[in-house]
Amino acid sequence: MNDRPDYEFCASHDLYGHTACPGCGEKILFRHVLDVLGPETIVVAPAGCGAVTDGVFPHSLSPVPYLHVPFGATPSAAAGVRAGLEKSGRSHVTVLAWAGDGATFDIGMGALSAIAERNENVLYVCYDNEAYMNTGMQRSSATPTGSWTTTTPASRLKEEPKKDIDAIMAAHRIPYLATASPAFLDDLKAKVKRAREIKGLRFLHLYSPCPPGWKSDPSDSIAIARMAVESNVFPLYELYDGRRLRITYRSASVPVAEYLKLQGRFRFISDEDAEKMQSEVEKNYAELMSRHEKSEISKI
Amino acid sequence: MKKVLSGNEAVSQAVRLARVQVISAYPITPQTTISEKLSELCGSGELDARFVKVESEHSAMATLVGAASTGVRTFTATSAQGLALMHEILFWASGARLPIVMVDVNRAMAAPWTIWCDQTDSVAQRDTGWLQFYCWSNQEILDTVVCSFRIAEQLLIPTMVCFDGFFISHTNEPVDIPEQKQVDRFLPPRKAEYLLDTKAPRTFSGGTMPNMFMEFRYKLHAAFERAQSVIDDIYKQFHKSFDRQYLPVEAYHAKDAEAVLIVTGSAASTALHTVNKLREQGRKAGILRLRQLRPFPAESLIDHLPAEAVIGVLDRNLSPGTGGVFSQEVRAALLRKGVHRPVHEFVAGLGGRDITADNIEKMFDALENGRAESSKINWVGLNR
Repeated sequence: MNDRPDYEFCASHDLYGHTACPGCGEKILFRHVLDVLGPETIVVAPAGCGAVTDGVFPHSLSPVPYLHVPFGATPSAAAGVRAGLEKSGRSHVTVLAWAGDGATFDIGMGALSAIAERNENVLYVCYDNEAYMNTGMQRSSATPTGSWTTTTPASRLKEEPKKDIDAIMAAHRIPYLATASPAFLDDLKAKVKRAREIKGLRFLHLYSPCPPGWKSDPSDSIAIARMAVESNVFPLYELYDGRRLRITYRSASVPVAEYLKLQGRFRFISDEDAEKMQSEVEKNYAELMSRHEKSEISKI
Repeated sequence: MKKVLSGNEAVSQAVRLARVQVISAYPITPQTTISEKLSELCGSGELDARFVKVESEHSAMATLVGAASTGVRTFTATSAQGLALMHEILFWASGARLPIVMVDVNRAMAAPWTIWCDQTDSVAQRDTGWLQFYCWSNQEILDTVVCSFRIAEQLLIPTMVCFDGFFISHTNEPVDIPEQKQVDRFLPPRKAEYLLDTKAPRTFSGGTMPNMFMEFRYKLHAAFERAQSVIDDIYKQFHKSFDRQYLPVEAYHAKDAEAVLIVTGSAASTALHTVNKLREQGRKAGILRLRQLRPFPAESLIDHLPAEAVIGVLDRNLSPGTGGVFSQEVRAALLRKGVHRPVHEFVAGLGGRDITADNIEKMFDALENGRAESSKINWVGLNR
């Protein structure tokens, strides 16, 4: 055996299939995002469901170059890939940072803020399944109030509200931010397309159902994703320069209870917390609507 | 062209000459003036590099992991807490076989807060899979940084160049700055064999099972085992091109020495001065200056060790509960070669305390008169 890493790095893109759980949102999202972005794309991904289900060495399903990096390192590594591409005459390539909510809301937060402040030319996608699902469903700062996780057991459910990552990113005045859902693929693809055409830091917050973590039926993943949008728990909108906001789908505003009841993780939620969630969702949506109406792009 | 440069300025000039393409760094004393000078060089266009100004050292190293994976030449510099914050990514850089070059301006690890020199920061990163060089002059710094890019890129092992904070980083010395053309001939652009390339997509550093992980490590270790011959060869070529010679272990009055002190970094200058004084008095003192911690230059060290001399090691670092790291390394190297000789370790100069000529003379006194302990640390310059 020689000391050259000649086989070490050469995972074959044999498309033998991913290793994700049935009903996983992340794999649906990854496929459709890459479909839009095309082959001139490089993926940078931290530890997480997306990374481990891409395949075990030497297998990889990714049809484009894929760089695994440590958990909190995705934003900086993506900025480094961007810098390297620029210095090697490959500025046209899209750098796609592909990270879960743990890597985004928590351990990579400082670095993400930094690349947003520097407006690095990176398309950052957070697939949000609202907990550390890959390590076995521990709470993250993306976990909503009243949710069961393995570190917020029935005896002490998540008490704190979900961190408002979109507001944090918007405060950086990045050129483009959007929320999207696997239940609304046309909307998702249109947003990925717009993001691809914009230079600078683009942030896509994607809703990513997780049947084992959410204690839901794998066949319900899309129904839950749809209900998250229809109940305004996860409204679909886009935001330019952190200021001009456009709601891209008018929901039916169904009660949040309809959303909660599809998922075992909310089985223990108190009536009080459920009511609080309903009123928070209404407040947030009213705020979005008012910003949407004031925005000059709302007629697009 | 000869110019008076500080150690940190010598680094910046070497980085310019090496035509580094991506730099990423975060301010920390005493490294900061390297970043400042590199910012100027990038700003003026004298160095055609992208300087990514990050929010932490963890991100500085992560940025270079990304950049180096695209096949470009990369550099960063740090000290102490900054190096410790990079710890996780140091393993990643070596495991992913990325030829990143970094300067560590040696500074003691807090707590309590200190900005002053010792080598505990870099020796604590011994096991991260990086090559480590230790310099004692500003000329050596410039030359070593230039050579490090060739060494790292040939072996695919990231490389750390270390020198003492303030004692060297902020001390001015005349330095011969080579011509760009001459450096270009010695150090051509990096040719990456494996890189992020949309025309030949590969996945790097993905999940690996027990049936394969060990081979990754074996290969990295095998590259370390080959490293010394590659380093020697590159320095030989450097000698030919630039007429300056560097060896893994540099001996001074060691051949006939009755007491030999093994030293690194700026303390070697003081030791050299002390040896001159002792020699004038007819005392047979000598020194061996180690230029590397990884690979540890065991062969070269043993070749230079005078057969009858009492051996001392000066450690400007401490692994609490054990002792100095260079002493441990010397002991291990001797035992591996079947050489059973006592090694006397002197710990001095922690947190920037001066290692004076008197201190060094005391070490030689202790070695000569048999009062140096070989079973525990001999503290020098400590106020008890």
